[in-house]
Amino acid sequence: MSEVFLKIENLTKNFGQFTALRDISLEVFQGEFVCFLGPSGCGKTTLLRAIAGLDIQTQGSIAQAGADISVLPPAERDFGIVFQSYALFPNLSVEKNVAYGLESRRAQRDEISQRVAELLALVDLADQAKKYPAQLSGGQQQRVALARALATSPGLLLLDEPLSALDAKVRAHLRMEIKDLQRRLAVTTIMVTHDQEEALTMADRIVVMNHGVIEQIGTPQEIYASPASQFVADFIGTMNFLSARIASSGKCLLEATEIAVDTSGLEAGQQVQLAVRPEDIHLEAKESASAEEQNQTPGTIESMEYLGAFVRATVKLHQSGARVQADLSAGDIDQWAMAPQAAVAVTLPADKIRLYPLDA
Amino acid sequence: MAGMRHRSGTHGSPLRRKSSTDDRAMRLFILVIAIYLVIALAFPLYVMFSKSLENSQGAFVGFQNYLEYFNTPALVYSIQNSLFIGVVTTTITVTIAFILAYALTRSRMPGKPVFKTIAMIPILVPSLLPGIALIYLFGRQGLINELLFGYEIYGPIGIVIAEVFFTLPHALIIIITALSIADARLYEAATALRANRARIFFTVTLPGVRYGLISAAFVVFTLSVTDFGAPKVIGGDFNVLATDIYKQVIGQQNFEMGAVVSMVLLLPAGLAFVVDRIVQKKQVALLSARAVPLEPLPNKRFDNLMLTYSIIISIFILGILGVCQFAALVKFFPYNLSLGFSNYQFDLMDGGGWDSYFNSIEMASYTAVFGTIVVFAGAYLVEKGQGLGPIRGAFQFLAMLPMAIPGLVLGLAYIFFFNAPSNPLNFLYHTMAILVISTIIHFYTVSHLTATTALKQMDSQFESVAASLKQPFYRTFLRVTVPVCTPAILDISIYLFVNAMTTVSAVVFLYSPHTTLASVAVLNMDDAGDIAPAAAMGMMIFYTAAGVKILHYLLSRGIEARTQAWRVAVAK
Ligand SMILES: Nc1ncnc2c1ncn2[C@@H]1O[C@H](COP(=O)(O)OP(=O)(O)OP(=O)(O)O)[C@@H](O)[C@H]1O
Ligand SMILES: [Mg+2]
Repeated sequence: MSEVFLKIENLTKNFGQFTALRDISLEVFQGEFVCFLGPSGCGKTTLLRAIAGLDIQTQGSIAQAGADISVLPPAERDFGIVFQSYALFPNLSVEKNVAYGLESRRAQRDEISQRVAELLALVDLADQAKKYPAQLSGGQQQRVALARALATSPGLLLLDEPLSALDAKVRAHLRMEIKDLQRRLAVTTIMVTHDQEEALTMADRIVVMNHGVIEQIGTPQEIYASPASQFVADFIGTMNFLSARIASSGKCLLEATEIAVDTSGLEAGQQVQLAVRPEDIHLEAKESASAEEQNQTPGTIESMEYLGAFVRATVKLHQSGARVQADLSAGDIDQWAMAPQAAVAVTLPADKIRLYPLDA
Repeated sequence: MAGMRHRSGTHGSPLRRKSSTDDRAMRLFILVIAIYLVIALAFPLYVMFSKSLENSQGAFVGFQNYLEYFNTPALVYSIQNSLFIGVVTTTITVTIAFILAYALTRSRMPGKPVFKTIAMIPILVPSLLPGIALIYLFGRQGLINELLFGYEIYGPIGIVIAEVFFTLPHALIIIITALSIADARLYEAATALRANRARIFFTVTLPGVRYGLISAAFVVFTLSVTDFGAPKVIGGDFNVLATDIYKQVIGQQNFEMGAVVSMVLLLPAGLAFVVDRIVQKKQVALLSARAVPLEPLPNKRFDNLMLTYSIIISIFILGILGVCQFAALVKFFPYNLSLGFSNYQFDLMDGGGWDSYFNSIEMASYTAVFGTIVVFAGAYLVEKGQGLGPIRGAFQFLAMLPMAIPGLVLGLAYIFFFNAPSNPLNFLYHTMAILVISTIIHFYTVSHLTATTALKQMDSQFESVAASLKQPFYRTFLRVTVPVCTPAILDISIYLFVNAMTTVSAVVFLYSPHTTLASVAVLNMDDAGDIAPAAAMGMMIFYTAAGVKILHYLLSRGIEARTQAWRVAVAK
């Protein structure tokens, strides 16, 4: 996984006056599974369509397998694609759909039917070959579309929100299947999604996009644990944001509480947003809530929400009046006799805190 | 990377996609069809306009012909007459059609499909036919001419009755559509507010169908102002614009004045067309809103009233048809009322004989086959083609234009254009080909809209998927697009066939002694006083059109049954 397979440089896409993508640069490695993740309208589909040549970029270049494909029409590129609507040909049976890309390649008839059978087995639909798309469930249709896209063994597989039309259970199951299939075939894959869970569970690397620019590129762990911008921090998972000010190198002030934290890149006096995830906050019962210990500030539990494996407490901080969410395990609750109205000490672990400069 | 020629930060001209073989092929095809539209529509119209600015020697005289026209009271009077016919016909037809549409959508009367089918019959006959029936009913020796209390059927009364017959189905289709998209929730709300029936009608029903009514009114107005068949047969001395064109050209050989009257006739038709397009857009917006369909509640008195009304309208339509069939079979009206087939000996009369009938079938078949291919391929290329933006825009405009061009005007324009000795296409003049070419153009717009609607309902990603699978566009077109759009394709071909059978206006200027047509034969036999054979030929057209319609119905049913398995998906 070291060879660059797809290289996008300084790509910009305008629709009239509107800039849908601004100066996008990106590398995708051979055999990698990359997700484009971002809110609706951020340009994910636009970028995917540019890669496919369906809607060409205004500026910038794209190279695939070392060859410049920037202005090639789709038919001269090497990719398979699955759309959100699947776009299965309604008047052709499942096997004809899958065979669609094979037939004109001068392949022998039995060669084709063998390949189709192989593909249908791959997506676990061998018994549905003669049916029409309308006679299949959504998840089955999705897998037919996948088989059709893979039939010609493309070097690049493009998936535009392939799971969004399915209900939650089927979606979770197909996530695993697609990921598994992708790993077995080692086909370089780009998937567009606005579902962060999908991206976190499936991708080798995630490209987080917002308003036509890339906010961050990284593995799911990197994106989750060290979001590069306030947008990413906010978009992925749940995050508490608190206003703070840099006191000195390695220290910031959350009202009267001194917080030890990595302040590299920030200057004393600068206003920042302090970000910390609910699961990283420690709560302990404290009768006389004072703020002597470092990274600890007093608060009161306002409410508790039972979420199955854990309980999410909303805590009001005494000094600022701001509210944070903190997760408690069943053990925590027993040990500290946590309940609404309980006074607590809120600890923000230095290594789990991230600071983002306040935009002007 | 070595080959990165396309890098350029934020400036420089935007990148353009390299054309694929498909792109080039599609551009070639669209150009071919666009050239057809330009040659068969734009050029003739332009030549006609320039003719209206020339004298009979071909010298440019500016607007002198127009001056002469407006200084000839007899001619200008026709404008008034045409508008009168248009307004009266529109008022009556839209009223009748609205009540009938209301009965068909908002009552629980029995026999709705039968009444609807009967109301569609006038589409299957030439507009000359109702005039002939009226002569038999109310003419000087008519069966029931006392009912006119001494008024003359030849003139505005006859024209209006014939036009109402001829335009009814067109108005009915539009108004039924408008009434069927009504939202039941509105009615429930109004009932909950204790509004009575009349109040609901005026506050919910009428506003809900206002666009449909406006649209229907303009369609009827255009049809009745531009129609030539009815005033020709039963107009008497009452001149209208359409008959003036015919008389100037065929009677007086004054082609320049014919061109001037044509330009005048383009005005109301063009205006109606523009208004209709605007209204259609609004109607579509209403349509796409998610509505709960309305289920009419039974109401004995109302249902009986509507039933009676529908029966009366059906008697009117079937009566006209019945009288024509009666006229066709009677030996010598009104002196010898015994029945026989002597009036079917067309070969003994003017008008081209039985050959006309077979020519018509040939012409209608060619029109259906080639027209459907051209129209559907054109619509497909406009929808799915890449690049050539301006040409696709111009194509779209040309495809909409025929709706605004009355048939007579088109026919006259063809004389000017194709009959010019200097035109290399002159060889087409007086052939079957020119009849087919003009008829396809004449009925292009509705066919094009049908095709476009069907294409828009297909998943727009089919082409993208096919390109990613490296399949040429024509393969996907033939294996997916055409099969999925088969119902629309059948609709287009049947529409073209039926209209080609019944049309008179464009072809009346273009037929030759070898290519006489049945509908023109009706006109010429009537002109020569052979009214009974004219009725007989008119009924032959009706039976043929009806037969083909029934065939189409059975065929569609068969296809539906066969493709049921996968159609579910398209309907979803
Ligand atoms: N053909 C077009 N013409 C004009 N604007 C467009 C066009 N296609 C996309 N846009 C705009 O570009 C922006 C990005 O669109 P895009 O479809 O890439 O978003 P997306 O990230 O895929 O969103 P979603 O999650 O909703 O699919 C949007 O603001 C959209 O309105
Ligand atoms: Mg999208």
